[in-house]
Amino acid sequence: MRAEYDVAAGDFTRAGYASSAIKKTLKQLGVSPVVVRRVVIAVYEAEVNIVAHSYGGRITADIEPEGINVTLADTGPGIPDVEKAMQKGFSTASKEVREMGFGAGMGLPNIKDNADELRIETEVGKGTTLHIFIKF
Amino acid sequence: MEHNTFHKALEIQPELCIGCSHCIKVCPTEALRVSGGKALLYADWCIDCGRCFRVCPNRAIRVVDDDLADIFSYKYRVLLVPAVFYAQFEKKVPSEAVNDILGEMGFSEVCTVEQSVDTLADEINAYVRGASVRPVISSFCPAVIRLIQVRFPSLIDHIMLLLPPIEVTAQYYVRKWVNGGGDPSELGVFYLTPCIAKIAAVKSPVGGYESPISGVINMDYVYNKVLYAYKNKNFPAPGSGTEVVNDAISSKGLRWPLTGGEASLVEGRALAIDGMSNVIEFLEKLEDEEIEDTVDYLELRGCDESCAGGILVQGNRFLVADNIRCSAASAQDRHSLAKEYRRLCSAHIKMDAVEPRSMVKYDRDINVAIKKMEMAGMLRKILPDIDCGACGAPSCEALAADIVRDDATLNNCIFMQARFEKEGSLLVGEAIDLMEKVWGKDRFINKEQSKTE
Repeated sequence: MRAEYDVAAGDFTRAGYASSAIKKTLKQLGVSPVVVRRVVIAVYEAEVNIVAHSYGGRITADIEPEGINVTLADTGPGIPDVEKAMQKGFSTASKEVREMGFGAGMGLPNIKDNADELRIETEVGKGTTLHIFIKF
Repeated sequence: MEHNTFHKALEIQPELCIGCSHCIKVCPTEALRVSGGKALLYADWCIDCGRCFRVCPNRAIRVVDDDLADIFSYKYRVLLVPAVFYAQFEKKVPSEAVNDILGEMGFSEVCTVEQSVDTLADEINAYVRGASVRPVISSFCPAVIRLIQVRFPSLIDHIMLLLPPIEVTAQYYVRKWVNGGGDPSELGVFYLTPCIAKIAAVKSPVGGYESPISGVINMDYVYNKVLYAYKNKNFPAPGSGTEVVNDAISSKGLRWPLTGGEASLVEGRALAIDGMSNVIEFLEKLEDEEIEDTVDYLELRGCDESCAGGILVQGNRFLVADNIRCSAASAQDRHSLAKEYRRLCSAHIKMDAVEPRSMVKYDRDINVAIKKMEMAGMLRKILPDIDCGACGAPSCEALAADIVRDDATLNNCIFMQARFEKEGSLLVGEAIDLMEKVWGKDRFINKEQSKTE
């Protein structure tokens, strides 16, 4: 089962819409609360990254009996140093973004901690695509 | 409609139900439908919040309380009375007269519920200081606890594992009786409830606990009896009542049932949220991991104005709340029994973990659930998304889920009926038959005509 969501850059009031909708679906399917929570954390972080750092993107969630695959593709600056971005505490977020309570620099490591698989494809100047898999 | 595994404090009386659909629209778990002209309840989804009871225009929803006559199977009968009970009466009705009338009704001792709050508040602060999961969610409002069990199972571990004041107070009177050499089988402890969910909470409590409360009496019923006796001057002269009165209460205890009464006692950042839709909105945000700043404690109450707006409380909730605030302003900070409460009860305030109650929306097997959900998703695309309720379900989303569970058909939707009629696949007579299946036979005859006849 597939669901798709567009994410607009800079729209923090809507950030969390896709992760909330995915949460609702998983709850209705009876997926265990512990797994639902991990999905919410991972997808919410990634969704906020699109809002905060890209020019906009699209989230595609594929739900199978075994688990959920979420692809978050954005057009934007890309990540110049993925290894550095994976370190806890590293952040390139602007002051405004931090003041809104986002951009604490825990994004990617937090996603990795909650996902069973995480793959990052990124090209500087073009954009970033995250593939997240979480088992049910 | 569904197998019932939990004690239900609400019951629809089919002989009184007129199938008006008011109730299906207000249910926070979408547990109600109309079929055959009557409201039906998915009992396992019901959280006993009583919203349906409040809006029912025909008083067709019955509160499954205990009969007042049952109290006489006990030799000594203690009635635990919440602060909101006294606050419903006009100021000129003295509490002494109210207590005397309760004594005349057969109670040996009349005690205030919120006596245990002073001790409990200290325990809560110790609990919150040591809590690893934040915010701690108060265990006070039983409708909210049931809401979390059914709709927010991932937040279960936020629920504070301390008993609510009514249970602590009940334990106090049981222990006091036993310590005084009384026979436990002769003591009946009764709770005068402002709240329907409290009935379910006493009859089937959460957290591996068995309540010592012998029975739960409906406050609405007793309010009317007391007021009737008072208006007819049918009560003992002042000072000649036979009941024992144990009305010690502090300002903290008085304010506890009001919005903020709990949060204001908790150290750290504590929020007070009342009203079911406000509570749901916040729990959704919490579940979405969108609350980034630290919140230490959540006081969540299902009713607007908390217990002053309790389902079984008569009188305007704002006036009731104001009456309580007035009493609290002149009350002491701590009452005379607080020490004894600590001695008798503080070791017994904890409860075990609360279990989730899963709401099976499609199927227990995830393979089947995904297929059914996909089908429901396709149905959503053709349903009008108006949520009119004319199909007997509260929303188009609920109807789609009902259809894939074989509890309804697409023909139940009046917009689909119009479409099928236009396409020629449904006759007008058939459409009326379908509507009568939902709303009852002869529902669509001209009432104006039958009234004048």
